Amino acid sequence: MSDVLLEVRDLRTSFRIQGEYHAAVDGVSLDVYKNEVFALVGESGCGKSAMALSITKLHNLNYTRMEGSVFFGGKDLLALNENQINKVRGRHIGMIFQDPLSALNPLMRIGAQIEEALFYHTDLDAVGRKARAIELLEGVGMVNPALTYRQLPHQLSGGMRQRAMIAIALSCKPDLVIADEPTTALDVTIQAQILDLLRDLQKETQASVILITHDLGVVAEMADRVAVMYAGQIVELATVDELFKNPQHPYTRSLLASIPNVNEEHNRLHVIQGIVPPLQRMPRTGCRFSHRTPWVPDNIHEEEPIYHEITPGHYVLCTCYKEFTFDGEDAS
Amino acid sequence: MALLEVKDLKVHFPIKGGILGRTVGYVKAVDGVSFTINPGETVGLVGESGSGKSTTGKAILGLERITGGTIHFDGENITKYIGKNRSNYRKSVQMIFQDVNSALNPRKRVYDIIAEPLRNFEKLTRGEERKRVDELLRIVGMTPEASYKYSFEFSGGQKQRIGVARAIALKPKLIVADEPVSALDLSVQAQVLNYMKDIQQELKLAYLFVSHDLGVVRHMCETLAIMHNARFVEYGSRDDIYNDPQHIYTRRLIAAIPDTDPDLRERNATNRALLTKEYEQEYTKFYGEGGKVYDLKPYSDTHYVAMP
Repeated sequence: MSDVLLEVRDLRTSFRIQGEYHAAVDGVSLDVYKNEVFALVGESGCGKSAMALSITKLHNLNYTRMEGSVFFGGKDLLALNENQINKVRGRHIGMIFQDPLSALNPLMRIGAQIEEALFYHTDLDAVGRKARAIELLEGVGMVNPALTYRQLPHQLSGGMRQRAMIAIALSCKPDLVIADEPTTALDVTIQAQILDLLRDLQKETQASVILITHDLGVVAEMADRVAVMYAGQIVELATVDELFKNPQHPYTRSLLASIPNVNEEHNRLHVIQGIVPPLQRMPRTGCRFSHRTPWVPDNIHEEEPIYHEITPGHYVLCTCYKEFTFDGEDAS
Repeated sequence: MALLEVKDLKVHFPIKGGILGRTVGYVKAVDGVSFTINPGETVGLVGESGSGKSTTGKAILGLERITGGTIHFDGENITKYIGKNRSNYRKSVQMIFQDVNSALNPRKRVYDIIAEPLRNFEKLTRGEERKRVDELLRIVGMTPEASYKYSFEFSGGQKQRIGVARAIALKPKLIVADEPVSALDLSVQAQVLNYMKDIQQELKLAYLFVSHDLGVVRHMCETLAIMHNARFVEYGSRDDIYNDPQHIYTRRLIAAIPDTDPDLRERNATNRALLTKEYEQEYTKFYGEGGKVYDLKPYSDTHYVAMP
């Protein structure tokens, strides 16, 4: 558990908007260990997907700038050229995207799409590739793998398509799988099936998973460790038990308070005031969450927020967590 | 007296086929659904995609042609007039849409968007109209200045609130909300749900709340209908459905919700696996020929379950 697989150091991903670069991921450092599920949560616009695409360098470099370093297998991925990184993508890092219909090629049969990765990254022959593709389809719970092998994406249901995506991501036995909102487009019952499948496969293959989601329920079901992102920064990092039992950062606590819970009835849900600021207007100094909690006095925030380790492995950005309460919100 | 009474509602879509384009069969999107909504009540309609829940909502609004069954509103049979313009029914029943970006006309100012239903149905002077629009914006927690802007200048939650303001412009008695918050972020979702509850109390509204999210539905609705394969599998009060679900489909649906307590992870996974097995073994106990859902049978005074 303690072996570090992926080491992100001071990653800063900026997008060009009207000639100026604005950081969507703003100085993120984190470690992902071997054989763990690491979840990134946050609202839209927090930079979680920008972060995932930075790890595999999938951003369009015409308008994106990436600084910092991402160490994986002893190499800095950001320093690799296109050819070199293509050997890592698919082979060592698999990706699962949110919308399988747009991620799969509509004109290629499912089997051919799985074999494509095997063709580039393994030395299996055609027969071996087909055998492996069918084995993979069976592994992701396809009822009739030989039939699915010949089908086109539009002939499959949403859940089946996502299973095919997972088969492609796992085809070369990657060490790391990045799943970007893998179940957001699916129905609850299908979501549960896909999550159960992902967890079983993770245990079986011992691969690490970076799970990106906005759904805290999915995090609680899946993750070992969680990073909560806000405005391009990680504001809280902890094990999943610690985060749900002892949330500290005001943002984490506000998010948890706004979930309509199935098990208990509240009359009113907590509302986080304001919105995630757009990139151009993102505050770049001080505690970035402070303007959404106007009722707390300014002096509880740090001027230059740093991480505080509350318990071993539980980090919180800024000191405002110590005195933050929801009291006094209505008055503001 | 019930505000809305739906009896044996059916919506079938014809399938055209062959070179002559004849009707070769029907897709039964809604196949015999009955329920009532009382004034001020919130009824939840839950199901997966393809279960017919949105079609039910649209049929009530007259946006889909009704194949069979009747709809009574305020004691009057309005099934025949449902699609007709300028009727009283059209004023009394409004809709909130899922996709806030496509529900608001990008070429109109917020003022015109909200004033449109008023201009269609009420003869107001400019001053009166101005006053009504400002009042509506105040109800949804926005300032009058917002009315000069265009919809794209707002965030997702604000857009949905503009949609709510337009829906309540004619003081309707019933609002059909089709997945009103599923495109929104968690914190924004909470905001819109709170406003919907406040408005309900202020205006004594009834909601038909269509959603796939059982957490949201539990928060909003007193009565729930679970829909599967175009029919209701279970119908009852919130407590009936969540504490004592009877139909295998309802139980699977509830078990599928991700729990926010990491300690229950193992238990939930085993529970889901058991239910899946039970679903496969006892399929015939809950579903008739061709996967048809049985008619609802009373289980208790408020609780109905589809059983043979």
